[in-house]
Amino acid sequence: MKSYYFNEEHDMFRQSLKDFLNKEAIPNITQWEQDRRIPKAFWKKFGDMGYFGINFPEKYGGLDLGFFYSVVLIEEISKCFSGGFAILPMVQSYMSTPYILNHGSEALKEKYLPGAIAGEKICSIAISEPGAGSDAMNIQTKAIKNGDHYIVNGSKTFITNAFYGDFMVAVVKTDPEAGVNGISLLVIDNKSEGVSMRKLNKLGWHSSDTAEINFDDVEVPKENLVGDEGMGFYYLMGGLQLERLVAAVGGFAGCESALRYSLQYMSERKAFGRPINKFQVLRHRVAQMASEIEAHKYFTYHCCKLHNDGEYAVKECSMAKLLGTEMANKVATECLQFFGGYGYMEDYKMARFFRDSRIGTIGGGTSEVMREIIAKMIIDGQEYEEA
Amino acid sequence: MNLYNEEHQLFRQSVKDFLKKEAMPYIDDWEKAGEIPRTIWKKFGDMGFLGVNIPEKYGGSGLDFGYQSILVEETSKCYSGGFSAAIIGHISLAMVYLERFGSEYIKERYLPKSCSGEWFGCLGVTEPFAGSDVAGIKTTAVADGDDYILNGSKTFITNGVLSDFLIIAAKTNPEMKSAGISLFVLDRSMPGISAHKLDKLGWHASDTAEISIQDVRVPAKNIIGEAGMGFYYIMQNFALERLILAIGAITACETAIAYTLKYMSERKAFGRPINKFQVLRHRMAQLASETTMLKSFNSTISVAFNQSKNVVKECAMAKLLCTELSDKVMTECLQCFGGYGYMEDYRMARMFRDSRLGTIGGGTSEIMRELISKMVIDDVSY
Repeated sequence: MKSYYFNEEHDMFRQSLKDFLNKEAIPNITQWEQDRRIPKAFWKKFGDMGYFGINFPEKYGGLDLGFFYSVVLIEEISKCFSGGFAILPMVQSYMSTPYILNHGSEALKEKYLPGAIAGEKICSIAISEPGAGSDAMNIQTKAIKNGDHYIVNGSKTFITNAFYGDFMVAVVKTDPEAGVNGISLLVIDNKSEGVSMRKLNKLGWHSSDTAEINFDDVEVPKENLVGDEGMGFYYLMGGLQLERLVAAVGGFAGCESALRYSLQYMSERKAFGRPINKFQVLRHRVAQMASEIEAHKYFTYHCCKLHNDGEYAVKECSMAKLLGTEMANKVATECLQFFGGYGYMEDYKMARFFRDSRIGTIGGGTSEVMREIIAKMIIDGQEYEEA
Repeated sequence: MNLYNEEHQLFRQSVKDFLKKEAMPYIDDWEKAGEIPRTIWKKFGDMGFLGVNIPEKYGGSGLDFGYQSILVEETSKCYSGGFSAAIIGHISLAMVYLERFGSEYIKERYLPKSCSGEWFGCLGVTEPFAGSDVAGIKTTAVADGDDYILNGSKTFITNGVLSDFLIIAAKTNPEMKSAGISLFVLDRSMPGISAHKLDKLGWHASDTAEISIQDVRVPAKNIIGEAGMGFYYIMQNFALERLILAIGAITACETAIAYTLKYMSERKAFGRPINKFQVLRHRMAQLASETTMLKSFNSTISVAFNQSKNVVKECAMAKLLCTELSDKVMTECLQCFGGYGYMEDYRMARMFRDSRLGTIGGGTSEIMRELISKMVIDDVSY
């Protein structure tokens, strides 16, 4: 049934990507996790392969391919047993720079996209604040126009890729009186004067840098406004569907790799004189998870197809994100159990997979926020249109 | 990549209109009567619904799987698992063996009347001591001249009391396990067949029987396909059976959710409609998400099935997940109705009890997991 979505060229792309990851990433991941960062030189190689620019036009250095090549990318980077590794390209190419591509001026695109696609510059998306997450309309960071510049004041938190990154798409209030219509997107260079950051310590995603950011009278050229003033909230709502899809793909792909890893272990580990994959209660648990993963996978492919066909599938993407990340937590818990005491040790990859999964139902809108959105659509008949 | 085109949608509308007129007003009566009337079969047949997948030369329309799927979906929206089971039992469990494996004689004798609704059938595999372990059945068929003499008993057989013909699995070679099994088609009129109706928790509109087969003389030409191949025929049809059960279950989930949301918009508590309470809203959001996901999974499998791809694993997975979800959906939807959910004035009580068979019939959830674990752990392929 995979052939409904992937052709031979996708398969070749997948193989060369796997070869690249096996050579350049997987041998180093444990070190990167310990170092709490991934060297920039690696991302340059990643960029050289074109992996940051799959859905970007060639004029900015992209490959201009269909969305299912991105699905291949997200699946494969999610199977490396490091959520911190996988999240960098996810944020870079699917959660932050697309705002510049879809709504930014030509000058902004030329200034920022080639560097990001080449892997020379790393981008983040700065939405959350200490006092506002999914309720983006309540953000407090202000950007007040002053001549040729905006003066930005406020703070952001939980920002992936920010601490070692180069620029960010920041969600700011250009008109604090105008509610959702006062929200805008602004590209801010991390090195701008008045930007300060603190690196956050996290339960998992250890190889990823996550920052708390302060803006203290930061001057940002007005050309760095993405699209129109006051449209930021609507741009965000449009972009979040892709973000949720990416989370859903990462969710089931991670589960597939965890289950395969567990099956390998279960075939080797013996207890009471036989491999533990012969114990019926464990076999049935595997069967249940394999079934759920398969169903999630094909539902997510279906949602990806909708996205690829240009449909604005808010309900389906929210459902896929909700279910895929909830499943990942369950699969992580149950697969770790198969490993017994070894599951708790860092010698095996399950411990990392378990802690890395835990962010899935929080980041990009919690499960509760997903259910709020879905409830509005199925109970109140609310519909969403793309900005 | 879509199972349904415009013609399918027209067909769906005609099925809907038909059921609204000919079935929905009578469902409560049929549930009380414990069976559906013979006359409904003829009406189904007149509409051409029974033979959608049967070639035209045998009285059918020779259409693709999408049409069968629509029949399953639409009959599953009638709030009566028993009604839907009766129809599906005839089309997807009985007729399918005649059409796929039967001789020309069998097809000509049974299929036209099956399509027209003059006759309907049942499938008898399960026995008091053998369910999913088909190889363990005890019913025997011993050759006697040009005939076979069948002895044994069958149980939990849908349409088992009222059907006109019976497809019976029996051992033509009791020394062998699976390779000794053959399928026969028996006429109800053959001496020695007796059936008694079983009382059930749900599926009240369906007649479910225990069948006793005593010295029933069956002509050898009534063997479906080749002797000794019955087990393989049954295995081959399991994918279809499971897919149909999955589609039926998920359609019932959709129906229950829509029914519940309507109730929740009307029912007030503490001064507001209960669909404003966050905890209930989130519960419905979760159920709707899971239902949408599995419906999409079923659609993908159906397309592959229609293209004759091997979907044995996926069908088992879908059957497992959809029927398990159905139990959960019915439990939680019934809860949203409060005390009314427990009363027969609303349809939730019936949907709840009808759902409960899903994880048992057509192979239990445990059997599905057995099968799936062999495929994903031991790399067995079917």
